Amino acid sequence: MNVLLDNLSLFREGFIGTLKLTGASALVAIVLGVIVAGFRVSPVPPLRIFGTLWVTLLRNTPLTLLFLVAFFVVPKVLFPDLDSFLLAVAACGFYTSAFVAEAVRSGINTVPLGQAEAARSIGMTFTQTMRLIVLPQATRTVVPPLSSIFIALTKNTAIAGAFNNVDLFNVSKTLSNDGYDITMIFIWITLAYLIVTYAINGLFRLLEHRLEVAR
Amino acid sequence: MAEVSVTKDAAPVADELVALKNVNKHFGALHVLQDIDLTIARGEVVVVIGPSGSGKSTLCRAINRLETVESGTITIDGKPLPQEGKELARLRADVGMVFQSFNLFAHKTVLENVMLGQIKVRKAEKKAAEEKARALLDRVGVGVQADKYPAQLSGGQQQRVAIARALAMDPKVMLFDEPTSALDPEMINEVLEVMQQLARDGMTMVVVTHEMGFARSAANRVVFMADGRIVEEATPDEFFSNPRSDRAKDFLSKILHH
Repeated sequence: MNVLLDNLSLFREGFIGTLKLTGASALVAIVLGVIVAGFRVSPVPPLRIFGTLWVTLLRNTPLTLLFLVAFFVVPKVLFPDLDSFLLAVAACGFYTSAFVAEAVRSGINTVPLGQAEAARSIGMTFTQTMRLIVLPQATRTVVPPLSSIFIALTKNTAIAGAFNNVDLFNVSKTLSNDGYDITMIFIWITLAYLIVTYAINGLFRLLEHRLEVAR
Repeated sequence: MAEVSVTKDAAPVADELVALKNVNKHFGALHVLQDIDLTIARGEVVVVIGPSGSGKSTLCRAINRLETVESGTITIDGKPLPQEGKELARLRADVGMVFQSFNLFAHKTVLENVMLGQIKVRKAEKKAAEEKARALLDRVGVGVQADKYPAQLSGGQQQRVAIARALAMDPKVMLFDEPTSALDPEMINEVLEVMQQLARDGMTMVVVTHEMGFARSAANRVVFMADGRIVEEATPDEFFSNPRSDRAKDFLSKILHH
């Protein structure tokens, strides 16, 4: 009768699947993104080149193509035994890291150059300058674009549902194959996505307010 | 044996702390440093003056490699400036720098500003660092402001904190890049007094400034730059009362007579 009530456990599984994919990919994206942003402003030319290549390559490739590479090329040439969750997290995380890197870099650029010069002048290394002086001051500017990026990531994880991962998109496929009314499925699935994206929205707004006071 | 003649070129070699030899740099087509030779002896206070765009700030910034140079050598305490990296960072810790725009860390309190380098670079204990920071802040007269953020301080106070931050590293030499140029007139003196005191205490200093009064009273030597060259070097008395070059005469006539 009712799609939701009849398949509550399946919905729950899909919801948790989407949450796990989003959370893990976001973690990968933020760690890699900050590192790559650091590379892009580093005084060492090979690192700068690596950073630029990383961003250009990943940002300009369709995510679906990255998934195809992750699921059909990576197991053949590199790691044959990775499960589909890890492969999906790698694809989403790497892809999103390129966007995070650019957001972080724009944040870095808003910190006056004198701050970094002062840090270097008292003998801080590049890494210390970034970690202790520049990035903390860049955070405030980076938060709003990051929220958009992670909301986009949530929706992008749907592609993982087509690649052997149980998430909300995957559940919608299963249920529509079972013959339920597609409109009702989509309404519930959309609602579930909205819960995740709205939570991200609220989380970042909270973070923004926090950082505002700290100044 | 040791001649104590005040000649321009030959500072006693054993005592030279900063030495620039044949240094050149371009900003695009502008030849901003042209064959600069300059040695600064330990304990010496050298004031660099000259018109805007003469390259004096660039010279100052080149000494701790905030500006790279294209040719020539810069040595500090006998060690040539290394490439960007850990070694350069170590060397910079020994060279204090004070900027025109203060550049205090905006997200740290005054006290943290003065402690940070000691803890992260010198690996000092937190407690020892705090004691030293408070003593230095008292010395420059901003001890009561220790827990405020830089934005809550006046320009003069900020600059004195910046001096304390540099001193906290126990530098061998202090570089001042127009330290009073961004200050309201009534705050200039409080900064200059701190600098005078430092000079009296025997700190080696390179000061780029437009404060002729400071040059007269605190400098051992005045270096006059114009168009990327060192045009004249002399004691303050000699320079201000009897400049040799036309360029310096012209410059002095413009700033000393209103």
